[in-house]
Amino acid sequence: MTEPGTPVRVDIGPDQMLTTTVDDPEQGWRRLSIRMLLVHPVMELMRFIPVLVLLVFFNRRDQNGFWPLLAVGAFVALGVARWFTTRYRVTPTQVQVRRGLLSKSTLSVPRDRVRSVDMTRHFMHRLLGLTRLTIGTGQSDRQKQDGLQLDALTSGAAEQLRRELLHERPGIDVPRAASGGATSAPVAAVPRETVIARFQTSWVRYAPFTLSGLTIAGAAIGLVANAARQAQVDILNAGPVTEVRHDLNRLPVVWAAIAIAILLLAIIAILSVVAYVLAAWNFALTRVGGTLHVSRGLVTTRSTTIEERRLRGVEFSEPLLLRAVHGARAVAITTGLRVGRGAERGGSMLMPASPAGEVRAAADAVLRTPEPNSVPLVPHGASARRRRFTRALGVAAVLCAALVALWFWASWPVWVAWLGVAMLPVGALLAADRYRSLGHAYVDGFLVTRQGSVVRRRYMVHSDGIIGWNEHQSFFQRRSGVVTLHATTAAGSQSYEILDVTPQVGLAVADRATPGLLNQFFVTGDRA
Amino acid sequence: MCQDFLVTLAPTLRPPAHLVSRRAIAYWTVRALPAWLVLIAAQVIWWLADSNGGSWHVIVLAVTLLLAAAHLIIMPQWRYRVHRWETSPDAVYTQSGWFNQERRIAPISRIQTVDSHRGPFEQIFGLANVTVTTASAAGPLHIHGLDLQVAQQLVHELTTITQATEGDAT
Repeated sequence: MTEPGTPVRVDIGPDQMLTTTVDDPEQGWRRLSIRMLLVHPVMELMRFIPVLVLLVFFNRRDQNGFWPLLAVGAFVALGVARWFTTRYRVTPTQVQVRRGLLSKSTLSVPRDRVRSVDMTRHFMHRLLGLTRLTIGTGQSDRQKQDGLQLDALTSGAAEQLRRELLHERPGIDVPRAASGGATSAPVAAVPRETVIARFQTSWVRYAPFTLSGLTIAGAAIGLVANAARQAQVDILNAGPVTEVRHDLNRLPVVWAAIAIAILLLAIIAILSVVAYVLAAWNFALTRVGGTLHVSRGLVTTRSTTIEERRLRGVEFSEPLLLRAVHGARAVAITTGLRVGRGAERGGSMLMPASPAGEVRAAADAVLRTPEPNSVPLVPHGASARRRRFTRALGVAAVLCAALVALWFWASWPVWVAWLGVAMLPVGALLAADRYRSLGHAYVDGFLVTRQGSVVRRRYMVHSDGIIGWNEHQSFFQRRSGVVTLHATTAAGSQSYEILDVTPQVGLAVADRATPGLLNQFFVTGDRA
Repeated sequence: MCQDFLVTLAPTLRPPAHLVSRRAIAYWTVRALPAWLVLIAAQVIWWLADSNGGSWHVIVLAVTLLLAAAHLIIMPQWRYRVHRWETSPDAVYTQSGWFNQERRIAPISRIQTVDSHRGPFEQIFGLANVTVTTASAAGPLHIHGLDLQVAQQLVHELTTITQATEGDAT
């Protein structure tokens, strides 16, 4: 308990603690930065720019076109209202956010559940010295709104809050600052920072192989289409577009196809480089005290701090194209951060597309052991190989039959049929590679499993994070005498599987990873 | 000797020890019945409304009746045999699925919640479901069709042990 009269620290300065020591639930609340009031209108206006451009460009004066302006106004009003109604406070045990004007809701997160802190600065944020801070907690599994977000704090306050949440956690053993003199207490010495990996300009050569440009292209098409719809402009029949179509029509079909293909590849490659540079510029992976720190970004900067105690492992992934040029990337397996698709854009990215050797070295450093990355994996045997081939060839055969049928009965051009026939060897190659990828091992406390061909992923999960096992056996797996073992975990994608393994082999590994859990349910010797 | 050695070297899981309540068979049958009744009723109405093509209606209806009978007789029996569960002092173990089989093991020390749930029909049959969750979204353990008393006792036991242990590995 604090003495009454303890000074309440309300100033947000870089050398003062944000943590309040006052128990009064009405004290110690802070507002977001007032500069945020500038950000929202500008952001909304920027989103409106494409529509404005088209409206001006095509000289349209349509009543409908001005509806979006109303929406902009509404968003601005919402932003203002949000600033006025949002307050947060940090107590020695909790982080609390209070929202709402009439019905106030208070969201409290115990500080010992804080797993990660993510600081994002968009362009406008950077201009105004602001930071959006997201606190990742372990409670959220897949919900959309994971953790709690403060949009936005001044960068100094955000940095201070991050440090207090992850480096200076007041535990049970640390006496709570009872004396009012804590105001003058210096910021605890920042622990030593070791660099694990840092961005190199030469990494950009891997960018075209990431295909991240596809996402940008998709977003751009969506944006233009949406703006065109709002401005009521028929973009497909606009002047320049028809001209290009005209030129292409004059070319022979084959040349036109090649020209379009080259054009598309070039566009995607350029966009990929742009996307890569935007996301990975200034990338640095460092270790500070008990946390891992990932910072990156050219225009929008992002820095994520992951509590190492909660890190359960690393996913080492090699998409097919990237694998062809010996590139790879890595994602953290931890609680409270997004995984799977889009993880490289989410906060759990550990290494962007870069040389496989460097990614491996970084993963070794993060895991503090080279074993999981280097251990040879146990292959899954003949049944697993047969299943890879039946599945890949089965799909290929169906596609092939469909395409040949289209040529035969629906009089489609003959190259369609050849495309169908080509599916078969592609399917076989895929199956062979998928089998080659399959493997598992248990080494140095880590369960290692690998699978996939189009994206080959090697999961290295520490056994401390494994909180159960699911043994799944489909009808066809039963006939092949294999099972899929899922190690369940609270981190990452919630379960990591050993695919198509014979139960004996898989369970032996599982038993080593979690000793004493499974063997009580094993078939006992006297029944054999 | 050699056999023993192989067994210890190459383990497989045995099925969990306990079956669910016998009344679950009747419950599963009753629950599967309405869907078939609707399907059969629809066919009868169609038959009555449609004046020509009578023999087709008979064949389709006969096949439907046969499938319904087979499903209603075999499914509950089969399901009763494969739905099994067991608890040990430090783990919960369940088995389910009659086509695709799933066995789940969760250490009691990592259990987060223990819920029991009863639908209206289940109340009539004196049954209850128990769901055990861990911090992983991938690993809830469901035991369907437990005798009410057994379910209550199980929930009580598990909550007592869970409260006494720390840590859920999040």
